[in-house]
Amino acid sequence: MHTISTPQEATQALAKRRAWHWLEVVFWLAAAASVFLLPSQHSLLTQIAIWSLFAISLDLILGYAGIVSLGHAAYFGFGAYVAALFAINYTGEPVTGLAVAAVASGLLGLVTSLLVLRGSDLTRLMVTLGIALVMYELANQMSWLTGGADGLTGMPVDPVLGVLPISFRPLNAYGYVLAVLFVLFVVARRIVHSPFGMSLRAIKGNPLRASQIGVPNNLRLIAVYSIAAAYAGIAGALLAQTTPVVSLTYIDFQRSADVLLMLIIGGTGYLYGGIIGSALFLIAQKFIGNVTPQYWEFWIGFALVVIALFARDRGVFSIFERLRNIVGGKTKP
Amino acid sequence: MLTILFDGIAYGMLLFVISCGLAVTLGLMNFVNLAHGAFAILGGYCAYALVNLYGVPFFASLPVAFLFAAMIGLLAERTLYVHFYNRSHLEQVLFTIGLVFMVSALVDYFMGSQQRFINLPPYLQGRFDFFGIGIGKYRLLIIFICALILLVLQLILGHTRFGSRLRAAVDDQRVARGLGINVNWVFALTFAVGCGLAGLGGALGAEILSLEPHFPLKFMIYFLIVVSVGGTSSITGPFLASILLGIGDVAGKYYAPRYGGFVIYTIMIVVLVLRPQGLFARGQSK
Repeated sequence: MHTISTPQEATQALAKRRAWHWLEVVFWLAAAASVFLLPSQHSLLTQIAIWSLFAISLDLILGYAGIVSLGHAAYFGFGAYVAALFAINYTGEPVTGLAVAAVASGLLGLVTSLLVLRGSDLTRLMVTLGIALVMYELANQMSWLTGGADGLTGMPVDPVLGVLPISFRPLNAYGYVLAVLFVLFVVARRIVHSPFGMSLRAIKGNPLRASQIGVPNNLRLIAVYSIAAAYAGIAGALLAQTTPVVSLTYIDFQRSADVLLMLIIGGTGYLYGGIIGSALFLIAQKFIGNVTPQYWEFWIGFALVVIALFARDRGVFSIFERLRNIVGGKTKP
Repeated sequence: MLTILFDGIAYGMLLFVISCGLAVTLGLMNFVNLAHGAFAILGGYCAYALVNLYGVPFFASLPVAFLFAAMIGLLAERTLYVHFYNRSHLEQVLFTIGLVFMVSALVDYFMGSQQRFINLPPYLQGRFDFFGIGIGKYRLLIIFICALILLVLQLILGHTRFGSRLRAAVDDQRVARGLGINVNWVFALTFAVGCGLAGLGGALGAEILSLEPHFPLKFMIYFLIVVSVGGTSSITGPFLASILLGIGDVAGKYYAPRYGGFVIYTIMIVVLVLRPQGLFARGQSK
């Protein structure tokens, strides 16, 4: 690998890294085709798309900035509740709802990121977990606003931008969710391949050296944490718009753990991991969950232990590793 | 009022017995072990099975619960945990959450999902009045046993060869190895004892903490609070933190049932942000 010495070369190298690979084009064409080709699976596909967005959001902080979070559902749930309340009180237009949820969750992320910055992995882990627990308790206690344990119902969902009706139309709903996922994916892809994204990787690799070459670590982490929170909020808002009820399960620990697992299954640090992982996870859940719904938990746990044990040696994940190298522009097979 | 204080102390003592093992793995060995509660319910269900299903006396079931959890802990440490000592915290988190899920599902499968109560002998039930304070006999027993454990732990850590080996291994692993201390076995044994204590706590606390398959996840945050707020430089830090948490939780549930959990989590976040080393840590530890 040759060294980069001039700014022009650096710009070129960045542009080369963010060029689209043909596999990615095929992937998104296939996703678009699934809108029309798999009409019977639309509800599952919608779930996959929403979880993918949520997992991408976690990937931004875990895969790129190295922040281990056990409470990412806090922003997901917050976005969902904000979107639902906004729809009930102001307008049911979904894209406006997404924007409001994104801003609200992003602000929550901005404020809470100040708490997450400090300390070691363990402290971060507990603070993120604590934030999610506090949000859960808040949603539970403020039942006059959120419906408490009964959940929030009666959220109106108007046609998207006034033209595309999505309530009770699985095809339209899936198309809408997929379009949002695609747009936000492109944005995330641009972010991680920008100098900003590079500096995040530097911080993850070695915070001390990153700060020595002039990276403002804390500002960068605050920025990416807020962006990720906004993404999670949008994912939550999407789920709120496509399901009849917003409930406490949007914020619970299980959701934070599930999204972490999905991301880990797919692999971190290349954005597609979240999508692949959530697809595998939800499809497996559909099949195994149908056989033994009660003991699905056991198999999740088993998968986690096995992945944690062997992920380092790649093993079954070598295929994702290879894909990651292709996408990342490395030629090593 | 004083009754609440008393109940809170009993509750805190239980939390301490369960989480002191975690203080060692998490704090001293720097291993993020979220599965600690799993060993507690193993002990709890072991005692439940012995007492309720096989009619073993309650007091005889306690040491068995301790040994059972300790053996499983030792086995898990030697076969699984060893592989994770030098891994990243993320991998440790994934692995231990996976363990928690598995244990919860297995317990659900074998013992059912409803909450279990251990049949207490009649002389441990009920309360008596002591200068106007209502004292539950069972809670008094818990405080007595836990105080005994605390004392024994202090003695072992401070005054035995094993204790000094453990402190040496924790302070500087490499030098301890260089001195010929078998660090692996010291850690394995400590881990096993920690799991055993968790199991004992689970058995003792079945009455108070509610024994059901999702116990490890529900109380995970409590154990973590004890360890991270208490710090890990000594055994008294986690002890004080457990007592505070126990009293705070019981009082919170009694006086402000709507905000109990909320207050505790907020305090935890504040403490962690202000004093990442723990509330009772002595100055700068490493």
